[in-house]
Amino acid sequence: MDETKLAISVDDLTVAYDYKPVLWDIDLAVPEGVLMAIVGPNGAGKSTLIKAILGIIKPIAGSVAIYGKPYEKQRKLVAYVPQKGSVDWDFPTTAIDVVMMGTYGSLGWIKRPGQKEKKASLEALEKVGMLSFKNRQISQLSGGQQQRVFLARALVQNASIYFMDEPFQGVDATTEIAIINILKELRKAGKTVVVVHHDLQTVPEYFDWVTFLNVKKIATGPVKEIFNDDNLTKTYGINYKVAVNK
Amino acid sequence: MTITEYFNLLFTDYTLRTITLGTAVLGAICGMLGSFAVLRKQSLLGDAVSHAALPGIAIAFLITGTKDSNVLLLGALVSGLIGTFWIRGMITKTHLKTDTALGLILSLFFGFGMLLLTFIQKMPNANQAGLDKYLFGQAATLVESDVKIMIIVTGVCLFILLLFWKEFKILLFDPDYTKTLGFNTRFIDVLITFFIVLAIVLGLQTVGVVLMSALLLAPAAAARQWTNSLGFMVFLAAIFGAFSGVLGTAISATQNNLSTGPVIVLVAAVFVIFSFIFSPGRGLLFREIRFRKNRKDLQLKKTLQFMYGIVESHENISHPHAIRILNNFHGYTKGSLRTLEEKEWITISGQQWALTQKGFDEAKDMYNQQLKND
Repeated sequence: MDETKLAISVDDLTVAYDYKPVLWDIDLAVPEGVLMAIVGPNGAGKSTLIKAILGIIKPIAGSVAIYGKPYEKQRKLVAYVPQKGSVDWDFPTTAIDVVMMGTYGSLGWIKRPGQKEKKASLEALEKVGMLSFKNRQISQLSGGQQQRVFLARALVQNASIYFMDEPFQGVDATTEIAIINILKELRKAGKTVVVVHHDLQTVPEYFDWVTFLNVKKIATGPVKEIFNDDNLTKTYGINYKVAVNK
Repeated sequence: MTITEYFNLLFTDYTLRTITLGTAVLGAICGMLGSFAVLRKQSLLGDAVSHAALPGIAIAFLITGTKDSNVLLLGALVSGLIGTFWIRGMITKTHLKTDTALGLILSLFFGFGMLLLTFIQKMPNANQAGLDKYLFGQAATLVESDVKIMIIVTGVCLFILLLFWKEFKILLFDPDYTKTLGFNTRFIDVLITFFIVLAIVLGLQTVGVVLMSALLLAPAAAARQWTNSLGFMVFLAAIFGAFSGVLGTAISATQNNLSTGPVIVLVAAVFVIFSFIFSPGRGLLFREIRFRKNRKDLQLKKTLQFMYGIVESHENISHPHAIRILNNFHGYTKGSLRTLEEKEWITISGQQWALTQKGFDEAKDMYNQQLKND
């Protein structure tokens, strides 16, 4: 582990919306090249953790480093896939247009996307199997297709670290398999992928790293070592094994 | 004066030309910026801002004593902006929901503005008459300098819009994501809001505080029906807005004692209603037609499939069968039988029907397609 670089390190991160803390004193070290799931019950602060790391939510205390430097300086290394439900899909635009938004960050202010950006966006759409829908109005896409468009938008950023907020929510089995295959490809290419995940059954199959979260960090490490009943029980507050076998 | 006379006069009468140009430009800028307000789901913000501008007009008059529209509108801009920032402050700093904050600011500022207006009207000063024009608007009061300012503001706004088009678009669609890309979302947000407030203030003289928000929203709502492209929507909203302005002014100028604001808004409403009903993609009419056609198609196919199921076991596919064995559960009606015959999928003789080769192939094809989809 000492030889691996740390992709993400979080120190003493605390977030509160009101007086009640949503995240309490989180320390997290994510090595480069892992495919990590963040699991925990509803209201555990999983999405908030990602948003705080990305600077969307301002933490009360703590710091975040991406490859050893503050996040603000490393933005181009990071791509974000928000929850599908966080935007209005009746917005007047097409699939290719949404994917092209992934290039806006590297373009910077004012400059418009050109041929190069369009080509990259088409390639990303092809990777997620949505090329034939490129000119489709986004409201006419199914939930799974919308999720793929969001994924393509992140792929086009060509980042080193990907944060995804519940990419499997409300998608069918075909899309889920397509997405997980892309995530595994990303890992193979040496990228780091962090996924907020709900389905505990698929954790060992999909991921090689896991973080248990319930306001506080319960545990983090390789799935093989720490994905066990003890940690599940600590995180979900019930005897997980008994509850599942019932 | 009739409408035709009015438009003939446009070419000769300088004042009329000024007024018409003014309302056209105003409608265009409101339509453009209104698109952003609608897509950000800030439709009611426009209403609150225009009402919040009223005390600014009154205070500007009390301080300066002039009725110069530029001075009064500057006052309106200041109090409109204060209202906007108070609304935002209330939403972020308290537990109040957006609609509550909007409603509170709207009625608070408007009430205060009305109070000041009555106070001004009782002042022993011959100069005060006419401030109440700002309630419902009077396009006839537009002079050349007003229109010049409108054109300059619209030009600047158009320039900013084109310059930051990409940033506006992504912020409208996905603000959180925009932030992660490193854009200063606060700056873009303040820029959009500032221009929306500016457009509203510009319109107060013509349309008035009470109905201004309609000129902002109606052209945008109508334009949304016709297109799925943001750029075209903004363009179309500008066109609708300009036409509402020009037509509304023309109608109100040709009749006695018609305030311009309500007429412009009614014209804009006609655009909205027309778009809601007749737009091909989202309109009610075509949706209903599509819905009925699809249902009829499905009924036909269901009946044909049922016939196919009966015929399949026979060697001769065109062997006649009794009509009464058809099950109306599958959508069989006399009408659908006739349509099937017109399509040459079946033949009918007396109380019997028979599948044609064409109909058989069609049904078989459908059957295979269904297998493929499952």
